[in-house]
Amino acid sequence: MRQLEPGLVAGRLDPAEYTKNFSDLHPRLGDHEALVAADRCYFCHDAPCMTACPTAIDIPLFIRQISTGNPVGSAKTIFDQNIMGGMCARVCPTETLCEEACVRNTAEERPVEIGRLQRYATDLAIDEGRQFYAPAASLGTNIAVVGAGPAGLACAHRLALHGHNITIYEAREKAGGLNEYGIAAYKTTGDFAQREVDYILSIGGIDVLDGQMLGRDFTLADLQAKHDAVFLGMGLGGVNMLGTQGDAVNGVIDAVEFISNLREADSKADVPVGRRVVVIGGGMTAIDAAVQAKLLGAEEVTLCYRRGQEHMNASQYEQDLATSKGVVIRHWLQPKGVASHNGQVTAITLEYTLVEDGVMKGSGQLVDIKADHVLVAIGQKLDGFGIETVKLDGRKIAVDAEGRTSVPGIWAGGDCAAGGDDLTVSGVAMGRDAAESINRALAAKAAISSAVA
Amino acid sequence: MADIRNNFVGIKSPNPFWLASAPPTDKAYNVERAFKAGWGGVVWKTLGEEGPPVVNVNGPRYGAIWGADRRLLGLNNIELITDRPLQVNLQEMKQVKMNWPDRALIASIMVPCTEDAWKAILPLVEETGADGIELNFGCPHGMSERGMGAAVGQVPEYIEMVVRWCKQYSRMPVITKLTPNIADIRKPARAAKAGGTDAVSLINTINSIVSVDLDNFAPNPTVGGKGTHGGYCGPAVKPIALNMVAEIARDPETYGLPISGIGGITTWRDAAEFMVLGSGNVQVCTAAMTYGFKIVEEMITGLSDWMDEKGHATLDDICGRAVPNVTDWQYLNLNYIAKAQIDQDLCIKCGRCHIACEDTSHQAITKSVNGIRHFEVMEDECVGCNLCVNVCPVENCITLIGLAPGQIDERTHKVVEPNYANWTTHPNNPMAAQAAE
Repeated sequence: MRQLEPGLVAGRLDPAEYTKNFSDLHPRLGDHEALVAADRCYFCHDAPCMTACPTAIDIPLFIRQISTGNPVGSAKTIFDQNIMGGMCARVCPTETLCEEACVRNTAEERPVEIGRLQRYATDLAIDEGRQFYAPAASLGTNIAVVGAGPAGLACAHRLALHGHNITIYEAREKAGGLNEYGIAAYKTTGDFAQREVDYILSIGGIDVLDGQMLGRDFTLADLQAKHDAVFLGMGLGGVNMLGTQGDAVNGVIDAVEFISNLREADSKADVPVGRRVVVIGGGMTAIDAAVQAKLLGAEEVTLCYRRGQEHMNASQYEQDLATSKGVVIRHWLQPKGVASHNGQVTAITLEYTLVEDGVMKGSGQLVDIKADHVLVAIGQKLDGFGIETVKLDGRKIAVDAEGRTSVPGIWAGGDCAAGGDDLTVSGVAMGRDAAESINRALAAKAAISSAVA
Repeated sequence: MADIRNNFVGIKSPNPFWLASAPPTDKAYNVERAFKAGWGGVVWKTLGEEGPPVVNVNGPRYGAIWGADRRLLGLNNIELITDRPLQVNLQEMKQVKMNWPDRALIASIMVPCTEDAWKAILPLVEETGADGIELNFGCPHGMSERGMGAAVGQVPEYIEMVVRWCKQYSRMPVITKLTPNIADIRKPARAAKAGGTDAVSLINTINSIVSVDLDNFAPNPTVGGKGTHGGYCGPAVKPIALNMVAEIARDPETYGLPISGIGGITTWRDAAEFMVLGSGNVQVCTAAMTYGFKIVEEMITGLSDWMDEKGHATLDDICGRAVPNVTDWQYLNLNYIAKAQIDQDLCIKCGRCHIACEDTSHQAITKSVNGIRHFEVMEDECVGCNLCVNVCPVENCITLIGLAPGQIDERTHKVVEPNYANWTTHPNNPMAAQAAE
């Protein structure tokens, strides 16, 4: 059978298995399920869940609206704070955000299912095409947004609401950013990322130009000349690779690319996967890649992380999901090199690590794991194209609390900006808040010029 | 093991749990199942006079309100008395009583307010071997429009008159079932006693519109586009029933009159509360209609286990025990001072105590201490109102602690007095009895 064939092989499984494996991880709650789940909310005062949410959604209110038979009103409560409430309901690590803060954890070690309730309300509103917002009268301004990911879209939506016209410059073919290209397929089935983009853009006043990449197709100076303000939300275009000779070997690929290929494939059966897959990394991307490699029919998937379980960026829930799908997670191992045959990877060499005086280092002890497919998920980085004039803070764009960069008239948010935590939800928060800042700045400018006139 | 055998006005049953006159007791099939399940007695669904039986609506008869998780809290019905022929009911009652001689079987009766009507039905019922009769002066819907049920129960003179007929034409014990749809429940109870009743039972259902269909703008249950008021029952009415039971139990004019307690009894604890407030036994309906007859097992074991734990040997040891502690507001001890206390180990930090106190009461609970979310009672503001205790979702997390005499009340800076002092002697009371000079 194909399942045991070595090397990168597509179609390891029967068609039915692909459908089953890549179906919705947590389908939308039914009406009854939603009511039962909503009834568990205590309607806390100054609720800890709300404080824990990077976008500060009024969670007790939206849950109460569900429980009183007003799910559409509930969706508006969510969208008022987070226009990507639908995607966040699918991909937020709720177990480390709102649901971790839920007081029901203290009471019963089982939080209210906030994420699933959020999805219940937002799906309903999007499916019914409920539009809650209309742009204010046009101000005649035009603002450039670089990148149509969560930060850019949230920024554009909020700016459109205030009456600004927006041009989004998107490097890739589709809008959505990592929602479209970087998240496991089973978390966002039914082309939800695009449906959400359409829903957001349906407010009007937002033009999206695809295939327009900063530093390649235009410069920051071009944008400054053409627009009243610029928001940078292009994410992290670069990826960290192993930095060993292995990067050039066939079968060693960037996990983000693997995930993206999977998402964009017409059929999952077209996506090749190794028989023995090793994933390097300890974050959500590593987990998404590992789980999906397994779901594509890889016989063995081993996720190797250079530190301990408690240091992994992937939440406990995600780790448990991976192990439940048959992924083996190994800790305290860092990659040292890959072995290959005829240019095709055959094994990866890893070194055991340890912590000494608070510093992690290699122990010198090595282990080889057979692999015909190595997925590298050791972080993404700012590619830096076209933003030479903007100050950085470490490896990201420096911004203040409102998202202002060092250059007047340029704001930034999302993964490319310092201060977030590389989550869809924090991208949305940063984009939204930058939009408010831009709106205030332009209003102040308009007031001054009209006073002068 | 506690002895929970019940003797209510001479009617014996193995336990004090009877099914009230209602749909669950409309026919032999249901009553047989109830007895098999362990119910101590049943009050057979109300019989009407001989002749064509009443008819019921053919649409919905019930409406409800629910708590969290769709727990049924209150039920309302527009069903009438039995719609089966009198003879069929009588035959079945006779057979069931023969099958279950140790269980109580009471006939509920509602016939027009004429001596002939009562005189005619009583011997028929007596012939079945029923242990007693219950006079349905309670149903607030349907039959009341025809001058029966609550229409009788709202006129003490009628109650006295009918009870007198029943005592005159029957040897069976008479239980008079009272309607709560009246301003002062003591009046009908006194009338029943004056007529010679052996006992009263209460409450019957409360007149109600349970909800409104907002699509059709009509009360629920909606029958062909219209609704009517119905009889309300279930857990939601229990507090109203408890008060009415207590009012009769402590009224000097009816003191000692046996009471069969009814109204939202769902658990052994509810039953015990009715009994300590003066009920000799209890009747249940909505709980059975919600969960089935098996719930009586919980009631029997719960009551018995509680009595064992507390050392109460028989029902006589608990019945009426709380009656002396029901008093008028004016006699409450104003020198008793209590403060809420939050158990920080149990607190889940939902903040509901704080916001309830802050928005609607006395601003006596912190929201944060040193910038950390923390809920604590400020004794200098706390009036001991108990609202926080009631809104807290965790049992026993917030409790009210009485201050000992000699302690200082931080709110008033006054020493807690050891003596009892009530409103009747309070200086702010213009009607206060003058202290002896």
